Amino acid sequence: MKKHTDILVIDDEQVIVDAVVKICALDNYTVDVALNTKTGLEKIANNHYPIIISDIMMPDGDGFEILEAVKSKKEDSAVIMATGFSTVENAVNSLYNGAVSFIPKPFTVDELLSTVYRVNNFQKIVEKQKVLTQQQKNDEILFVACPTKYLRLGYSTWMFQEREGTVLVGMCDIYMKTIDSIQQIELLNSEEEIAQGIACASFICANDRNHRILAPLSGRIVEVNETIKNDPNLIEKDPYFDGWIYRIIPANYDYEIKYLTPCSSDRL
Amino acid sequence: MFKNIGFRLIFVVAITSLIIIGVSAYFSVQSQSKELISEVERHANQLSETVVASTRFDMTLNQRDRIQQIIKSIGTQKHIRDVRILNKVGEIIYSSDSSNINKMVDKNAESCFVCHAADQPLEHLSMTERTRIFKVHPDSNRVLGIITPIYNEKSCWQAECHAHDSDQKVLGVLDVSISLSEVDKSILNSEWKILFFAIFAIVGVGLVIAFFIRRWVSNPVHDLLHATQQVSQGNLNYAIKEMSDDEIGKLAFSFNNMTKKLSEARLQLFQSDKMASLGRLAAGVAHEINNPLTGVLTYSSFLLKRTKDNPEFQEDLKVIVRETIRSREIVKSLLDFARQSVPKKIEADINEIIIKAVSVIDNQLNINKVKIEKQIDNNLPKITVDSNQMEQVFINLFVNACDAIGNVGGTITVSTQKISLTPFGTVQIKKATCRKRHSLIDNDYKIDGMPALKVKVVSEGKEGIIHLDPVYGKHRNNFDIGFKISKDAKYVCPDCNNSLIQENKTCPKCGAPILAFEISGEGIYEVCSSENSNWERWESVDSAGLREFIEIKVKDTGSGINNEDLPKIFDPFFSTKGQKGNGLGLAVIWGIIDNHNGTITVNSDLGKGTTFTIRIPFIQQR
Repeated sequence: MKKHTDILVIDDEQVIVDAVVKICALDNYTVDVALNTKTGLEKIANNHYPIIISDIMMPDGDGFEILEAVKSKKEDSAVIMATGFSTVENAVNSLYNGAVSFIPKPFTVDELLSTVYRVNNFQKIVEKQKVLTQQQKNDEILFVACPTKYLRLGYSTWMFQEREGTVLVGMCDIYMKTIDSIQQIELLNSEEEIAQGIACASFICANDRNHRILAPLSGRIVEVNETIKNDPNLIEKDPYFDGWIYRIIPANYDYEIKYLTPCSSDRL
Repeated sequence: MFKNIGFRLIFVVAITSLIIIGVSAYFSVQSQSKELISEVERHANQLSETVVASTRFDMTLNQRDRIQQIIKSIGTQKHIRDVRILNKVGEIIYSSDSSNINKMVDKNAESCFVCHAADQPLEHLSMTERTRIFKVHPDSNRVLGIITPIYNEKSCWQAECHAHDSDQKVLGVLDVSISLSEVDKSILNSEWKILFFAIFAIVGVGLVIAFFIRRWVSNPVHDLLHATQQVSQGNLNYAIKEMSDDEIGKLAFSFNNMTKKLSEARLQLFQSDKMASLGRLAAGVAHEINNPLTGVLTYSSFLLKRTKDNPEFQEDLKVIVRETIRSREIVKSLLDFARQSVPKKIEADINEIIIKAVSVIDNQLNINKVKIEKQIDNNLPKITVDSNQMEQVFINLFVNACDAIGNVGGTITVSTQKISLTPFGTVQIKKATCRKRHSLIDNDYKIDGMPALKVKVVSEGKEGIIHLDPVYGKHRNNFDIGFKISKDAKYVCPDCNNSLIQENKTCPKCGAPILAFEISGEGIYEVCSSENSNWERWESVDSAGLREFIEIKVKDTGSGINNEDLPKIFDPFFSTKGQKGNGLGLAVIWGIIDNHNGTITVNSDLGKGTTFTIRIPFIQQR
C-alpha cells in the first residue's frame, strides 16, 4: 500500500532539503526527499504527492522536467518551483508551464510556510473539484467566472488591456480561495514601476502568513485601487472587476503576454 | 625612389618641361642664327656690290694694279677672309691674298659649282644661290662666301684693252668670303644662354613642384600612412592633427572619423562585453550564494520561531535573520544591476540608514583604527529611497574609505544636509522625445557619464549626429560631426526624420533656430541650435523653482585617487585594489544612485583623501 506523504522536495543541496523537512514539520506536513532529478522523477512515478517543491537547476536536470512529468501523470500534484537562480524568466516560465507557485531562494520559514499553505489549499480545491459531479458544480458556485480577454500569470494574477492602452491588474479568484481573509494589504504607490514575475504587493493574513503577489506584467503604475486598501475583502468578492489592484501603463506588453495564459481556458 | 609618388610626379613634370623648353630653345636658336646669317649675307652682298662698283671704272681702264690694290685693302678688313675675282675659266685674277693670283679654281669648287653644275652655265642667280657657307678645314671657323657675277657691258667690250668679246655674258665672278666666327660666337653664346635658362627653368619648376607636392601630397599622405599604421597596431585613439581643405584633407578627416567610430564601437563592444560577463558573474554568484544563504535563513528563521519564549536568543536571532535577508537583497541587487531593475523605494530617513550602515561595519572600523565622525542634520525630511540599496551604498563607501586609509588609522567624516539648487546646471534630462515619441536619448554616447541627447543634422547633403549635454544649463555639447553646419541646415529626429526645430522662434542671443525636445511630463526643453550660443531654456523646470536635495558627503583621510583613475572609478570592473576587489562596488553604487535620480561625484587629493558627494532629490521624479 502506498503510504501517504504530503510533500516531495527535490533539491541537490542537502541543507535545503533538511531545512524544508524541518520547516514543513512545523505545520505537520509529511515530507519525502529526492536529492536529484532522477530520484525525484522515480518517486513521482511511484507515489502520489499532492505538493512537490522542486529546485530549477540541478546537476542532472532541471525543474522543468519535473513539471513535465507531473503534467503527464493522471493524479494532480501542485508544483512549487524554488530556485536561487531567481531570474524573472525562471519565475514566469515555471508559472506558464503549470507550476502553481514560485518561491525564490533564499526564503524564510514564513515565506515557505505561506506558499505551502496556499498551494495545499489549491490542491484541496482541485481534489474537491474532481469528486463533484457536473450538477454539483453548477449548483455550488465555486468560482467567480473569469471574463474573456483576461490573461493570467499562473494561477495568481490577471491582467486586462483596457481600450485606452492601460492595463488593469488584479487577483485570480482561485488564488483568493487559497488564502485566508486578508488582514492587511501592502501596495505600491502610483508612479512606481512593477516588473513581470516580481512581487508587486503583499497580503498579510492570519498566522503571520505573508503572501507576495507577482505582477503579471511590467509597467508603471498610474492608479492604485484605493477602495481595496480599506476593504481588502472586495478583492475576494469581486476579483475581476471592482477588486482590481493597479492600473498600469505596460512597458513591454507584446513581449510579456506570451508568458500569460488566457484566463477562461484551462479551467480546473 | 621611383616608388615615391612625389618623385614620380616631379620626374614627369621635369621631363615635360625639358621637352617643351628644349623644343622652344631649339627653334629660337635656329631662328636667331638664321637672322644673323641673313644679316651677314646682306652685309656681304652690299660689300660685293661696293667692290664691283668701286672697281668698275678701273676695270674699264684695265688698271689691274689699282684693282688689286683696292681688293687687297678691302681684304684687310676684319671678318673679311678673302676677296677675289675669278675669270670665266676659273683663274683667280685678283685676290686679297696675293699668293693666290693666277691660280686656277676647279669648276667644281664652291664658288663655281652653283652655276656650272648644269651643262649650260647659269647666268642669273638668286641671293640664296649666290651664298654658301663652308669650312676651310673641318675644325676652322665657318665662312660665308658670296659670289657676284660680273656681267659683260658695253663699256667692257668697247674698252681699249679689248679684253672681252661682246658676246660674252658673264665676264667672271667676285667671290667674297666672310668669316662667321663672330656670328658663330654669338650663336653659341645665345645657345648657352638658352641652355642655362632651360636648366634653370627645369630645376626651378622641379623645386617649386617638389615643394608643393611635399606640402600638399607627400606630407599628408605620409601622415595618413603613419595613422593607418598606428591604427593597424591597435591605437584607435590616434587622430591626424593637421588637415588641409583639399581631397587629402577630406580623406584624413574621414579617416579620423572612421577611427573615432571604430574606437567608439570597440568601446561599446567592450562595455557590453563587460556588462555581459558581469551578468554571467552575477547570475553565477546569485545561484552559488543563494543556496548556502537559504540554509542560513531557513535555519535561523526556524530557530526564531522555535525560541519564541526565549527573549535572549530572539534578539540575536533577529539580527541574523535581518542581516541574511539583507544579504539576499544584495545578491538580488547584483542581479538587478545586471538587469538594470528598478529599486524598491519607500519613505526612509537617510540618517537612520547611515547609522545602520555604520553599525554594520563598526568592527572593521575598530580593527583599522578608523574613527567615524557623523555631522548629521537632524531635521532632514524623509525621502523615498530603497533603504537596502542605500545602506549598501554607504557600506561600500565606508569600506572603500577604510581600505584607502589602510592600517595607519584615520577619520571618515559623513555629513548630511539639505540643499537647494537651481535647476539650471543640475537637472539631468533622462527622457527626451521628438514629436513622434521617438527617444532622443543616446545611451551609447555619454557626456560626463550621462547619456546625451542626439540630433541628426542634415546640411548641404551631408548628415551627422550631434550630441547635446543632458544636464540643463551645462552646455557641454558636441557638434563635432566633420562638416560645417550651414545656416539652413535641418535638425531632425534620427528615427523618423521629423524636424526638431521650434517654429516661429529664434534664439534671443544669436538668432539661430531653436531645437525643441519633449520631456515626458515636464514640458519642453529648448536649446539654441548654434554651436556658439549657450542659450537654453526649460520653462516648466525653471518655473518649479529651486530643487531640494539631500546631500551626503563621505570624506576620508586616506590615500586618495590618481587624477587619471578618477573618471574610471565608476566603471564596472575598474579596481585599484588588485586581488582584493572585483571592481564592482562603485559601479553598483553609481547604478543605485542613478536609479534614485541622484548624482554621485568624487573629489580627491592624492595623499590627503577622497570625498564622495551624493545628491538625492526630495521628490522622486519620473
